[in-house]
Amino acid sequence: MPETIYLTTPLTTEMLEPLKIGDSVMISGTIYTARDAAHKRLAALLEEGKEPPFDLAGQIIYYVGPAPAPPGKVIGSAGPTTSYRMDPYTPALLEAGLKGMIGKGPRGKEVVSAMKEQGAVYFAALGGAAVITAESVQSARVIAYEDLGTEAIRELIVENFPCVVANDLAGNDIYETGVNTYRRNTSEWNS
Amino acid sequence: MRELETQIISREVARLSIEANYYLADDVKNRITQLKEREESPTAEKTLAVLLKNYEAAAEQKMPICQDTGVAVIFADIGQDLHIVGGDFTEAVNEGVRRGYKEGYLRKSMVDDPVIDRKNTGDNTPAVIHTRIVPGDKLHLTVVPKGGGAENMSEVRMMKSADGIEGVMDFVTERVERSGGNPCPPVIVGVGIGGDFEQSAVLAKRSLLRPLDQVHPGQKWARVEEELLERINNLGIGPQGFGGRITALAVKIETMACHIASMPVAVNIQCHASRHKSASL
Repeated sequence: MPETIYLTTPLTTEMLEPLKIGDSVMISGTIYTARDAAHKRLAALLEEGKEPPFDLAGQIIYYVGPAPAPPGKVIGSAGPTTSYRMDPYTPALLEAGLKGMIGKGPRGKEVVSAMKEQGAVYFAALGGAAVITAESVQSARVIAYEDLGTEAIRELIVENFPCVVANDLAGNDIYETGVNTYRRNTSEWNS
Repeated sequence: MRELETQIISREVARLSIEANYYLADDVKNRITQLKEREESPTAEKTLAVLLKNYEAAAEQKMPICQDTGVAVIFADIGQDLHIVGGDFTEAVNEGVRRGYKEGYLRKSMVDDPVIDRKNTGDNTPAVIHTRIVPGDKLHLTVVPKGGGAENMSEVRMMKSADGIEGVMDFVTERVERSGGNPCPPVIVGVGIGGDFEQSAVLAKRSLLRPLDQVHPGQKWARVEEELLERINNLGIGPQGFGGRITALAVKIETMACHIASMPVAVNIQCHASRHKSASL
C-alpha cells in the first residue's frame, strides 16, 4: 500500500512534484468551492480583467455543491461533482495561479495540458462518499455569489480531506492508466 | 369510491424523499460486498470499502448518501377506482418534494429555465412525474432521487432492426465506456428497448427500480443482461473510473413492442447510490 501524503494549502508546484497518480492524499487548510455557475462567473471576471472574489494563487478549488448543513453540523453531505463540465473555464483559472482541483471523473485534453504547463494537479475525491468527505470539513462560509444557493463560492477549512491524485505533474492520468491495466477483451472472459 | 386526500400524498412524498436519500436499499450494499471479493485492483477494493462505509455513516447520521439529492422523479400508479380529493395531484406531489427537501436538509438542485436563466427554484421542484392508470383503488408511489452526474451519461438512440442484438449490445457497452469515471461507477445500467422515442427512455428508467438480484423474466433477455454485464465489466473502468474489475453492479433491461420501422434503445445510467423508496396508499 502506498503511504498517505499530507498537504497543507496554499500549494506550490514544488510541493506537488513528488505526487504520482494513485497516491492517497490528505489535504488540510483552506480550499474553495465552485461548480458550474460559479465557474461561469469567475471566468467572465478574468476575461474582463477584474479581480476574482478570492486570490487564486496557490489555491485549490473543490467542485462541490454541498447539501444544507443539518443542526449541529458545519456542512451537509459534500462529495465531488463531475469535473468535465468545468473544463471550458479551467485553463483561464490555472493561468491565474490555481494549483489544484478536486472533483471526479476524467478531464479533457486541454485541461490536462494546461495543468502540465502551469504545474497544477487534479485530485479525485470519491463520488457518492459524501458523508465521509463532509467529516473533514471544519468550517464553511459563503464568500461570494450567495444567490447561487448550493453553487455559491464557499471557503472551507478542511482537515485531512481524503482524495487520490488523478493527474500528476508528469502528465499521467489515472483514468487512462487504470483502465488500461484492467481492461480485457470479451473473448478472453468467455473462454 | 375510495377517497385519498392530497395532503396524505404530500406527506408520503416528503417521507419517501428523505428516506430514499438517507437509507440505501440492501440489494446494492449486498452486491457491492459480494463483488468486492472479486476486485483485483487494491485501489478499487479500497474505494468500494469506503462507499460501503459511507452508506452506513449516512444512515447513522441521517444525512444524504450523496450531496446530489437529485431531481425528484416520481412514479405514480393510480388505481382507476381511487378518487383523489382535496386539491391538485401534481401540486400535492410538488408540495411533498418541497417539504421533504427542506425538512431532510436535502440539496435543491433544480433550475427554472434550462438554458437562459438557470435560476435555482430554491425548493427542488418541480418533480418529474410519471403517472399510469392501473386497476384497483390504491396509489402506488415511488420516489427516485436521480443524480445529475449519472443522468448526464444517458442516451437514446434510434437504431434499425438490422443492427440486431449485437448492435444493441455494442451501443450499451459503448455508452458505458464513453461514460468512464464520470457517473460514479460502479453503475447500474438501465436499458429500455422498444416503444417509441420517449417510451424507451421511460422503460430504461423503470428498469432501474427492479431489485438487483431480479433478472429479466424472459430467458433470452436475462441472458442478454448477463452477457452485457460481462462485457461492461471487461472495460476495466472500475469503481470511480480508477481502473478495476467492477464497473457495473447490474444491467437491467425492459422491452416492449415497437413500430416495424423502429428499434429505439435507451440507456439510463444510475450511479452506485441507487436511491428509490416506494409506498402504497
